[in-house]
Amino acid sequence: MSTETAKPVFKNGIARWIDDRLPLLSWAQAEFVDYPAPKNLNYWWNFGSLAGIVLVLQILTGLFLTMHYTPHTAMAFDSVEHIMRDVNYGWLLRYAHANGASMFFIVVYIHMFRGLYYGSYKAPRELLWMLGVVILLLMMATAFMGYVLPWGQMSFWGAKVITNLFSAVPIFGETIVTWLWGGFTVDNPTLNRFFALHYLLPFAIFAVVFLHILALHQFGSNNPVGIDITKKDKIPFHPYYTIKDAFGLCVFFLVYAAFVFFAPNVLGHADNYIPANPLVTPPHIVPEWYFLPFYAILRAITFDIFWIIPAKLGGVIAMFGSIAVLFFLPWLDTSRVRSARFRPIYKWLFWVFLLDCVILGYVGASPPEGWLPTIGLLATIYYFAHFLIILPLLGKLERPLPLPDSINKPVLPSSGAASAQPAE
Amino acid sequence: MADTGNPTSDGETRRDFLGIVAWSGLGIGTVAVLWPMVYSMNPSADVLALSTTTVDLSGIEEGMAITVMWRGSPVFVRHRTTAEIEEAADVDIATLRDPEADSARVTKPEWLVVSGVCTHLGCVPLGNKPTEPRGEWGGWFCPCHGSAFDTSGRIRQGPAPTNLPVPPYVFETDTSILIG
Repeated sequence: MSTETAKPVFKNGIARWIDDRLPLLSWAQAEFVDYPAPKNLNYWWNFGSLAGIVLVLQILTGLFLTMHYTPHTAMAFDSVEHIMRDVNYGWLLRYAHANGASMFFIVVYIHMFRGLYYGSYKAPRELLWMLGVVILLLMMATAFMGYVLPWGQMSFWGAKVITNLFSAVPIFGETIVTWLWGGFTVDNPTLNRFFALHYLLPFAIFAVVFLHILALHQFGSNNPVGIDITKKDKIPFHPYYTIKDAFGLCVFFLVYAAFVFFAPNVLGHADNYIPANPLVTPPHIVPEWYFLPFYAILRAITFDIFWIIPAKLGGVIAMFGSIAVLFFLPWLDTSRVRSARFRPIYKWLFWVFLLDCVILGYVGASPPEGWLPTIGLLATIYYFAHFLIILPLLGKLERPLPLPDSINKPVLPSSGAASAQPAE
Repeated sequence: MADTGNPTSDGETRRDFLGIVAWSGLGIGTVAVLWPMVYSMNPSADVLALSTTTVDLSGIEEGMAITVMWRGSPVFVRHRTTAEIEEAADVDIATLRDPEADSARVTKPEWLVVSGVCTHLGCVPLGNKPTEPRGEWGGWFCPCHGSAFDTSGRIRQGPAPTNLPVPPYVFETDTSILIG
């Protein structure tokens, strides 16, 4: 089997003529057809290409929604209802787009936790991971501003609360917030700029995705065993992983379609079907589900830190810090072993961390009453402790299991099976 | 590719069949996803709801014409004089670029209802007001490229290829019509 990415020769004369002058086809062939991928990737590796497909779908549905939407405080809400009632398939486009945002986040979160479990962020893939965190940040900004566009009650008050985060900045806070709003509150100028940026940022994401792929293909995909592998343990992306991704895509579409067609509003809030009213705040404001853990971290800091940082600023720092810490993860995790399969303690702490994120999400969704704020604070402390204390120490203290010489070893019980290569 | 399944007598294999099914599924799926997006650009229900217009004819004296809006474009409603009706009816149809009898273009001869959009490139012809030029044939004259229409709205001179079309309309009463 050869997975050499030699320059392909196209049979079609026109394709050959173009490719000689503009090597786009051979680039695509090398990166998306011949790309040598580890032969032992499991289904958790489906979520990268899945995220790319969801991004394209979001851009497409968004483009067609834009043709019917009006970014003006007096007309935005009505234009969304116009999309739902009058535009051909408008209901489908809007539900596909709104639920598509949720699907995008669940796919990306699974993609990230896969990276955490199998140590995909470790050298030499640090920049690959950091570009992924950049994509996450851009996604969060895009999703937040998109949620403002329907101009319902949750849109308005979500926008107000999130933009007011910046008022916690010392000295310049109020100036920054006024600048963000383009006025003295969230109003028409805010809606207009959010619309412009909501249209722009997906293309920025698209560009960073290509950097992400460029960085990925520099050293190739990590794999469930987490060891560096040789060429003979790789297989071409097409047809082996195109078909595996296609199967995963079908399963994904079943879930996606179930939401779009049978439960299009369960992930949203009923209050957003009330037009924005600057005079009345809804009794219980919560962000979309994918922001809940971060929202819980924001609310967890209810006390001044070291008598210097007021609680308001502390919460904002903690929330942004919870994402910023991900940038440093490749250096905070001091273990040289990538895959949790060979890290007997980390293997369990991974699940504890996942549970911690779920607890944060639950706390974020609930009103801050009873024991919940305390649980939220403890979960927040654990979140940061996982990255800042546990991972640096664990790499020194943990005794990893012996790593196999090649990825054939865990697959085949007898190490003498040298002929165990894919038949071709 | 060594494993090609069990070839039939024609040399076809299960793999060929699976390939056709897979690519067809991908193609049909892609079209099914794109179709609602493309179709959403067609006129929406609120636009289609504006596609009829009622016109009150009672105030239009003989020799007068009014312009009404239908689907966002002008429609000429003209109360023709007897002379104009005769002029339109007397034309030898064979000499026309777009042969059509006047009787086929009207429901009641005194009322001519035609689209106010030139069939050349979409300008609004002049002549609905008495102060505007009506061209050599007494109907309408398009200032953009010089097409002239007669008192039945038929093309007589200039680049326009066809007559001014007659929109669908019915007389709801003797003095009002419903266009669309």
